[in-house]
Amino acid sequence: MPALPPSLDTWFAARGWSLHPHQREMLDRAADPALLLIAPTGGGKTLAGFLPTLAELAPGTHKGLHTLYISPLKALAADIRRNLTRPVEETGLPIRIEDRTGDTSYTKRRRQRADPPHILLTTPESLALLLTYEDAPRIFAGLSRVIVDEIHALAESKRGDQLMLSLARLSRLAPGLRRVGLSATVEDPAAIARFLARHPEPCAVLQADPGPDPDIAMLQTLAPPPWAGGGGRYAIPEVLAQVKAHRTTLIFHNTRAQAEIFFRELWLANTENLPIGIHHGSLAREQRERVEQAMVEGKLRAVVCTGSLDLGIDWGDVDLVIQVGAPKNVKRLVQRIGRANHRYNAPSKALLVPANRFEIVECTAALEAVRAHDLDGDPRGPGPRDVLCQHILATAAAGPFDAGTLYAEVTSAGAYSALTRAEFYACLDFAATGGYALKAYDRYQRLVLKSGLWQLRDPRTAAQIRLNLGTIIDSETLGVRLRGRGAPLGEVEEYFASTLTPGDTFLMGGEVVRYEGLREMTVEVSRAPGRTPKVAVFSGSKFSTSTQLSHRILDLFRQPDWPELPAHTAHWLALQREVSRLPERDRLLIETFPHDGRAHLCLYGFAGRAAQQTLGLLLTKRMEDEGLHPLGFVATDYATLIWGLDEVTDPAPLLDPAALREGLDTWLAGNAVMKRTFRASAIIAGLIDRNTPGRRKTGRQATFSSDILYDTLRKYDPGHLLLDITREEALRGLVSFGRIEEMLSRIASQNDGGIDHARLDRVTPLAAPLLLEHGRVPVEGAARERLVAEAAESLLAAAGLAEADLQPSAPMG
Amino acid sequence: MNSYSFTLAGAALTLLPSGALLWSAEAMLVVSDLHLGKSERFARRTGTLLPPYETRETLARLDADIQATAPRTVLCLGDSFDDAEAAAALAEEDLSWLTRLMAGRSWLWIEGNHDPGPLALGGSHLAQHRAGPLTFRHIAEPGAEAEISGHYHPKARLAARGESLTRPCLLHDAARAILPAYGAYTGGLSCADPVLLSLMREDARAVLLGAPPRAVPLISLSGRPRASTSSR
Repeated sequence: MPALPPSLDTWFAARGWSLHPHQREMLDRAADPALLLIAPTGGGKTLAGFLPTLAELAPGTHKGLHTLYISPLKALAADIRRNLTRPVEETGLPIRIEDRTGDTSYTKRRRQRADPPHILLTTPESLALLLTYEDAPRIFAGLSRVIVDEIHALAESKRGDQLMLSLARLSRLAPGLRRVGLSATVEDPAAIARFLARHPEPCAVLQADPGPDPDIAMLQTLAPPPWAGGGGRYAIPEVLAQVKAHRTTLIFHNTRAQAEIFFRELWLANTENLPIGIHHGSLAREQRERVEQAMVEGKLRAVVCTGSLDLGIDWGDVDLVIQVGAPKNVKRLVQRIGRANHRYNAPSKALLVPANRFEIVECTAALEAVRAHDLDGDPRGPGPRDVLCQHILATAAAGPFDAGTLYAEVTSAGAYSALTRAEFYACLDFAATGGYALKAYDRYQRLVLKSGLWQLRDPRTAAQIRLNLGTIIDSETLGVRLRGRGAPLGEVEEYFASTLTPGDTFLMGGEVVRYEGLREMTVEVSRAPGRTPKVAVFSGSKFSTSTQLSHRILDLFRQPDWPELPAHTAHWLALQREVSRLPERDRLLIETFPHDGRAHLCLYGFAGRAAQQTLGLLLTKRMEDEGLHPLGFVATDYATLIWGLDEVTDPAPLLDPAALREGLDTWLAGNAVMKRTFRASAIIAGLIDRNTPGRRKTGRQATFSSDILYDTLRKYDPGHLLLDITREEALRGLVSFGRIEEMLSRIASQNDGGIDHARLDRVTPLAAPLLLEHGRVPVEGAARERLVAEAAESLLAAAGLAEADLQPSAPMG
Repeated sequence: MNSYSFTLAGAALTLLPSGALLWSAEAMLVVSDLHLGKSERFARRTGTLLPPYETRETLARLDADIQATAPRTVLCLGDSFDDAEAAAALAEEDLSWLTRLMAGRSWLWIEGNHDPGPLALGGSHLAQHRAGPLTFRHIAEPGAEAEISGHYHPKARLAARGESLTRPCLLHDAARAILPAYGAYTGGLSCADPVLLSLMREDARAVLLGAPPRAVPLISLSGRPRASTSSR
């Protein structure tokens, strides 16, 4: 075991610190080629990762870069630099520590390439960029260790896949490189270990003492939660009382819109003017930094937030976490709870606030899962090929490469270990020629093969490749500013901005603002206090309830009674059992009933919101083909409710998996969800350029919509690689067809077909809340034409005209 | 009927759902901004390899409109090719398709800013063209009368029930008409842009493409607050 330098030992001792067992074990196992440490927040995880580095660098003999530290957050890299620099400077160790992110100055970044520090702290994107420079082999030649922080978060996204391709490169540039992963509690440590290790090498998992179980309960409220909807507004008085009773409270919401609405309501009730802030990803950086600073200084009693505070830095003295709305996912809940009480060996305290009656059941199931240490998570599947396409282009930007060598390197990343040679060459062909059936670009290939090595045809395209690097695809957003003063408030999705007309009001950073107009691609607003915001904020994505949590809910339904539930909820479930039945785990309950003059069909698939939404799209299309006249549907995490003119008397044939899959291939392929998925993959794979801010200034848009490219490809080149990638991405993402198939195959294994069709004369207790749900989707073949007509008519009416005034034209002017 | 009719300087004109303009009295079909060969030019200039299918998509549209209207004259209102090299690099089969469409009718190429100068194709090449009361040119001239032009690729956006709908559109008033782009991969300029608002009169209409095309007052799309909301 490498000894800790005596000066550091003394420094620790002077502060009364001693190493935790897992920190000592990290030192003991410093020679392991790959090592994963799983430790709760507050367990000195990051220090544990760096101890071997400090020990190895203490003699002062190492030249150049020794350790690379990767964090998903820029702020975290800067924070770690400060925390690490202090003991190093105070003990006089000869170690240079620097960070490198998008915020680092050009001069400093150039200097870092010429003369790298011993320890470099960076992000996956900055590392990928560094690897596209020709001098990468020299910079990384002496690299000994790489530390990946918050690897559990990175492993869930394409950022992690890109990072692992970068690590595969580093292992080639610096043979013998050791990898260390630092993770929060996860359901499947072995999967993260495989993700981290150089395939097929092993990776040991080190479990730190998880500490005491969290103190977690449901918030008791005077008013019962509403039947449907989200937001938890009914619980404002009790939440405020909890804020008063604690030092600092984090109040988590599942969406930004709900956080904004809750924040406003909280302030309306906050008669004592307790300092409460708001923090989410759509707020301007200045706004967020102000809240973060105030938290660190202990000036805030509460922060209403979203996933933007899921990771990272110790934000002051948080002693309570409140989760508003069902957590949807037990693992994320546990990680959020860990944000409270960053002192090791003290229990974290958390309260759940179900947003509606059904979420009481879901929160109860989630509480049981937390107590049973039963975490959830879906395996991620093979490494995404759009990321590989980008990696191939980035490799070419660094210099000529041999295809066989690159293939061997790529398959040493765990997620890509099963990638076939044919799949690899298809991605290479796409990067080189566009991969079209029509060979149109012989003269303009991006990559060309010269004396056995692939290289850029035009070296100048390297700059373009670097600009497009990265796997985070933001929905296109526009900045929001106060008219006149120009202070940035945050941003909204471009799509949302396009639905605004002057005079509309919406919430931004807890303020009601009035839309004034669009100026140079910025939304200009004025303050409109007191006005009721009439437009919803962001269309931000909603999480789907995890498979495991859904199963727990169904298990709860099997109980004869529910003493653990509030009386009103237990009564509701009992009533459902009496008039119909409760959904069961390996069966599918379908209820049909008339309501409000229309026939309704409710299908309890418990497959999560995305899958239930897809099921709604596919089933209504099938019903339309069968002449059953569907009018619309609405989907939640547990059910899809469809209404129409005719009753469905025999639902089973509608659910034929082969027919549903065919609908997916033909009809759903033209759906907006697929187009959104295509756009993201096309940008990552390098087919279309990212919209960098500078390029969008001109009013004349030289861009064309990715929708047109998608339609054109489907029409003229249906076998194209990017369509294949889009399908794969959509099936496991927004479309979630995998969960529909899983559900259908589960019920099909029952002897009687597994479908329980209950025909009823009125709406059932379990279906009733669905009638109140938002997000109803109308089914109309010519819906968009009708909307154009409606909108045109209302504009004509506003102008005091009628259609007859325009056709045919009367003389004008 | 899936079209929109209006008159300009006494000439009865019909906008087809595709964005082509038919002058029945002269049996003339007018299309603007085809931008043939756009993907080739993109590949040559930027290295971006777009799906190389926009030329056949645009020709297929044009073929269908010609079949449906049997014009004696086809007038292309400029920017027919993305640039002169793109015209020269047109694939053999696209070239013969275009030649087939040109056969047996008069074909007028108006010069655009993307494709100035004569092209190595048949037909007549003109800076602008006059026919009856109408003048055809690529870029609208301020103060002109009875003028039909293209160039700007006007598009309009409507907001309805939380949905946003963007469509290419034709602009017209008593003095002029500005055609939408006909080509497959063509972006657009919002018809609320000051350049377009300054060219068009107060009572101009924007006609959104679709089946059928729909007309709305241009002023209602201009982004200027309407009287009813601006006072609050």
